[in-house]
Amino acid sequence: MSALPGAPLRPSLRLLGDDLVGRILDEAHELLRDPGVRVQDPEAVALLAGAGAEVAGEVVRIPARLVAAALATAPGSFDLHDRSGAPAVRYGAGVVQFDPGSSGVNVLDPATGDHRPSTADDLVRLVRVAEMLPAYDAQSTAIVCGDVPAGVGDLYRLFLVLLGSAKPIVTGAFSPRGTTAMVDLLALDAGGREALAARPRAVFDVCPSPPLTWTEFGARNLLDLARARVPAEMVSMPLAGGAAPVTLVGSVVQHAAECLAGVVIHQLAGPGAPIVWGGAPSIVDMRTGVTPMGAIETAMLDVAYAQVGRALGLPTHGYLGATDGKVLDAQAGLESGIGALVGALAGIDLISGAGMLDSLRCQSAEKLVLDAEGIAMARRLLGGVATPTATLATAMIRAAGPEARFLEQPETRRLFRGEQLLPSPVIDRASLRAWEDEGRPDTRARARERVEELLAAYRRPALDPGVEAAMTDLVRAVGVPHGLAADLPGVAAARA
Amino acid sequence: MNDTAFEAMRRAVVDGDADAAAAAASAAIAAGIPPLVAIDEGFMPGMKEVGAGFAAGDLFLPDMMLAARAMQRALNVLEPELQKAAVERAVAGRVVIGTVAGDIHEIGKNLVGMLLSTSGFEVHDLGVNVSPERFVAAVQEHRADIVGLSALLTTTMTGQRTIIAALQAAGLRPPVKVMVGGAPVTGAWASEIGADGYSEDAMGAVELAKRLVGAGEAAR
Ligand code: B12
Repeated sequence: MSALPGAPLRPSLRLLGDDLVGRILDEAHELLRDPGVRVQDPEAVALLAGAGAEVAGEVVRIPARLVAAALATAPGSFDLHDRSGAPAVRYGAGVVQFDPGSSGVNVLDPATGDHRPSTADDLVRLVRVAEMLPAYDAQSTAIVCGDVPAGVGDLYRLFLVLLGSAKPIVTGAFSPRGTTAMVDLLALDAGGREALAARPRAVFDVCPSPPLTWTEFGARNLLDLARARVPAEMVSMPLAGGAAPVTLVGSVVQHAAECLAGVVIHQLAGPGAPIVWGGAPSIVDMRTGVTPMGAIETAMLDVAYAQVGRALGLPTHGYLGATDGKVLDAQAGLESGIGALVGALAGIDLISGAGMLDSLRCQSAEKLVLDAEGIAMARRLLGGVATPTATLATAMIRAAGPEARFLEQPETRRLFRGEQLLPSPVIDRASLRAWEDEGRPDTRARARERVEELLAAYRRPALDPGVEAAMTDLVRAVGVPHGLAADLPGVAAARA
Repeated sequence: MNDTAFEAMRRAVVDGDADAAAAAASAAIAAGIPPLVAIDEGFMPGMKEVGAGFAAGDLFLPDMMLAARAMQRALNVLEPELQKAAVERAVAGRVVIGTVAGDIHEIGKNLVGMLLSTSGFEVHDLGVNVSPERFVAAVQEHRADIVGLSALLTTTMTGQRTIIAALQAAGLRPPVKVMVGGAPVTGAWASEIGADGYSEDAMGAVELAKRLVGAGEAAR
């Protein structure tokens, strides 16, 4: 309620001038013509050929006309829904949202501090913590369960998330046909395939392979998702200097070409089906070959490609807020906080990556609670400077007088919650004495305590017992032939 | 006289100049320098220098890559001469390396292969998405001492087990040693599938490979 003119400015970060966005897209189109894109799924190739692309073996040259047609049918916005069917993640609406990083192979063991292979029980724990934290607008299938046979791993972890959460879900398949059973499972949760298409709860990450390749796996997933009208999120990963040009701008061009080709394949199979301009690019560290997710250039790549996606009118996704550090230390806080902040300022619709250590290899519930604080700070910044009073300061300063009686002003009590973010106890603002009395807890200790509190407060969201039984039957039927244990790992923990 | 020739070879590798390396190799042949001598006293010192610079953090992956390419170009020129003279280059060991079927992650595998070759191993890189049959055939063709199997996915790491079984079925194991690596791979997994070793990074892979050929030699 600003009484006088002067609306707050929404802070934003851009790295490309409009003319540079144009040049990036021109070169991306140029790449689609020459050398073209490798597409390794026969049906996708046939669709492209049928639409007028020039095909030689697996090499497809895509004319600009096809790209324009695909961009015309791809929706600029859509929502993911929670279990009740309410919109909960809004793509393309100008809202910045966050979810945990996906598919870790390890977890940071809270008791030992070791990185150890992740299990179904670990996923249950992660889901509960993410469910309790409002910082996370969506869940993700955050780890791979080492105690579940690989052939059913993608379906199974989605099942565990559905058991423990009512939030939208960012997921992904592990094989060309992997989305099929996963979509069936989501349809059970949503009350049918039509209901799922009308109010999708999940988005599937689908990756092109750098440079300029849609493998059978990626292309097949795009086709199947488009036909089921379940949202797809392209996660293009130009690795600057390793699997893409070393220049940031060159990698953004490659990203654009891969994603434009993806939109074309996807829209040919399902015109109007929702698709996201996303990615997880990074630079390649020239000393180790590691792909550092916490590098500032990695964040810059996300900012730049998201700008290109927005210029095309598409919803955007980024992979930020992860660290290359191994524990909850200063490096983890620094890299994760900067990443979340930069991504938020770039206005990316959905930012994945929270909880991740060791360059996306390791997930941690304790890091999720720490990252939730960084995310809250980023959101606070996006909220900007408000003007809720008739005079900006004059009335309050006069009322407080020279004795600085601000704390006893009714305005102070009325307004401080809107002005100030109240961090959880993970953020230490105590006095030195209080901190020493507490036994000098460091970030990791405070985070562990908070995780335990959240786990204790967690209540499993309601799930219709009939639906749960049907989902369990489906997972058993698909999983047992793959060697899934009959006692269903993690399920006891999820139901406890 | 030979000293300037050796210096040109060393420089070509250190500069990562493949054309200069090929030219230096041809010049060596023309000057009657035995190919093994050219390799040992001209090109290898350049490679070692780059390897040491990399280990010390003064040089970077592109330096290594370009040096390895220059070295390879020189070897391509010298190889026919070696064959004519019926001599074999002394290598630390022969390695066949690749990323297993269904998996296309290649950066880590490339890095391991490159560090092995700069450490004196003869490396045959089969690329990504490599079937067990191709691993077996390559081991036979190159008389490999070691097979390196890279897998970055939980869904594909089981392929490492399959390949070990295929090597066994082909009667190649022992003597061929198997080392495994990649994001989800652990020491426990390596022992479970009966691999001879595991390393978490490329430097460790070189140590491991040296140990494995050492062990192979002792057994012979
Ligand atoms: C880059 C990358 C990709 C790129 C690969 C590009 C390329 N040309 O290589 C692309 C985009 C293609 C990709 C695709 C996918 N990826 Co990927 N990817 C990564 C990422 C971020 C980095 C890998 C990398 O290059 N690291 C840098 C190198 C230097 O490290 P390295 O590979 O680990 O190698 C070192 C050691 O492991 C060891 N080593 C490696 N090989 C060997 C071999 C031997 C013999 C020895 C001794 C040692 C050794 O030494 C190396 C050097 O130090 C990892 C996360 C991570 N940090 O590992 C995910 C990751 C491996 N990918 C993952 C996933 C899920 C996928 C996809 C399934 C995604 C999807 N839904 O489409 C697809 C699968 C594609 C396929 N069929 O292979 C998951 C794996 C989860 C799991 N448990 O299975 C990870 C862990 C990320 C995540 N959390 O989601 N990916």
